[in-house]
Amino acid sequence: MKYIALIYSNEAKDPTPGSDEFSAMITQYQSATNTFINDGVMVAGDPLESVNTATTLRSRNGNLDTIDGPFAETKEQLGGYYIFECDNLDDALKYAAMIPSVKHGSIEVRPIMNIPEG
Amino acid sequence: MPSPSSTPIYFEVAIQKIVREEWGYLVSSLISLLRDLNLAEDALQDAVEAALLNWKKDGLPKSPKGWLLKTAKRKAIDRIRRDKNFASKANDIKLLSEQNNLPKESEFAVPDERLRLIFTCCHPALDHKISVALTLQLLGGLSTAEIARAFLVKTETMAQRLVRGKRKIKQSGIPYIVPEKEIFAERLDAVLSVLYLIFNEGYSATSGRKHIRIELCQEALRLSNILYKLCPEEPEVKALLSLMLLHDARRIARFNNKGDFISLEEQDRSLWVRPQIEAGLSLIEEALKMGEIGGYQVQAAISAIHSEAKTFNQTNWHEIALLYDELYKINATPVVQLNRLVAKSYITSARETLDALNMLKPTFKDYQPFYAVQADFFKRSGDLKAAKKSYLRAIKLSGNTKEKEFLERSLNKILT
Repeated sequence: MKYIALIYSNEAKDPTPGSDEFSAMITQYQSATNTFINDGVMVAGDPLESVNTATTLRSRNGNLDTIDGPFAETKEQLGGYYIFECDNLDDALKYAAMIPSVKHGSIEVRPIMNIPEG
Repeated sequence: MPSPSSTPIYFEVAIQKIVREEWGYLVSSLISLLRDLNLAEDALQDAVEAALLNWKKDGLPKSPKGWLLKTAKRKAIDRIRRDKNFASKANDIKLLSEQNNLPKESEFAVPDERLRLIFTCCHPALDHKISVALTLQLLGGLSTAEIARAFLVKTETMAQRLVRGKRKIKQSGIPYIVPEKEIFAERLDAVLSVLYLIFNEGYSATSGRKHIRIELCQEALRLSNILYKLCPEEPEVKALLSLMLLHDARRIARFNNKGDFISLEEQDRSLWVRPQIEAGLSLIEEALKMGEIGGYQVQAAISAIHSEAKTFNQTNWHEIALLYDELYKINATPVVQLNRLVAKSYITSARETLDALNMLKPTFKDYQPFYAVQADFFKRSGDLKAAKKSYLRAIKLSGNTKEKEFLERSLNKILT
């Protein structure tokens, strides 16, 4: 099964690029990603640009609305994701728990819907 | 005189009893075999219907359990055949039909898969309420309507809760396994808390019909006993079973004929069920000897000390206070903190403990038990005016009739 791990954290409190904390975080992410690759569960994974760069679209009655910002203002913002290929939820949770942001943010794990072919 | 089997109602009750006792065992084996929870349940239900017809006619088979399992397996194959996507399931059927690993019903020995099922039902990815319902249905063999009645919700609400749980198990890939060593302790803890929730729902008797409440306690005891048989070497499992046995042994003494709650202090201790207490005591002793302390062990040990005291005045409060200190290290909750002070008040005096209690007041804003304890401390210190004020506050904060009545009676006692 494929699982997506959505990484949420409070951007305002995230380490700023260039700081020691930031480089420590990068090292931790690299090491976690290596584990995912070595264990053969890594499908994809990327960090996202800041929530300030988000654009939200909504089309109602043929009118396309383009809005500056995320679809909802929340305390923690989506900042990145991983996709894992795992046998079951326990395995997916095990790997998701290795994502460094689990220590200060939240990781939401969801199965990716399996659409049968044909 | 007619033989029992010629009275259909009696017979149906007997079959239902067998089915309920064996439900967890059967459904867990079927899930292993079929790898599909809903199919396993449906097939077993079909087999039960067949049993009602057949057994009435031919009498009970040698091994009802074996008969039900064999029939359920056949019913599962029928169901897969009837399924629209027959072609894609052809392999499943072939596999099932080829599986001759089922022994003859007389030498029934399918491995007990209930442990897997318990861990699946109590997986932390499921909401507690859902785990409680799933555990009662899949392991306890209770019907949706029975569980709904026990938790005072509509049958449809409970049905939805169960469907939601089963859907989450399937769609999110909650595994049907006994967890690996690294996470076993944490997952076992989730199982224990679900079983204790079921027990407390029955024991705290906030509302609802009495016999349903007793049934919940007994079901929790039965499930804990099964868990104990499956994990005999886990001290916390022993301890939870002990804790339930000790609490349940005092059940009759906790209410009078009118259904009024009676405090530990005023209970008629001759009503406590002695053999059950003995069983609880020996279990907690065994658990403590294993040298891995845990929350349920401490709670059972506290209950054991109460059970051993011949009268309320003979309670070993020193021991109890020490245990609450220990418990606070494991579960730093307000209730534990309060109970610790109650124990201390019996070692020194209520008056001397009042200051320590009042210091906690900011943490206990609008917390009913705090005011009930405060009222009791004031009463025992002789300050009836202050006691009255605290009782009134506690009564106002109480959300449950039995508790409210108990507090009102305590208040009336100091007014007269």
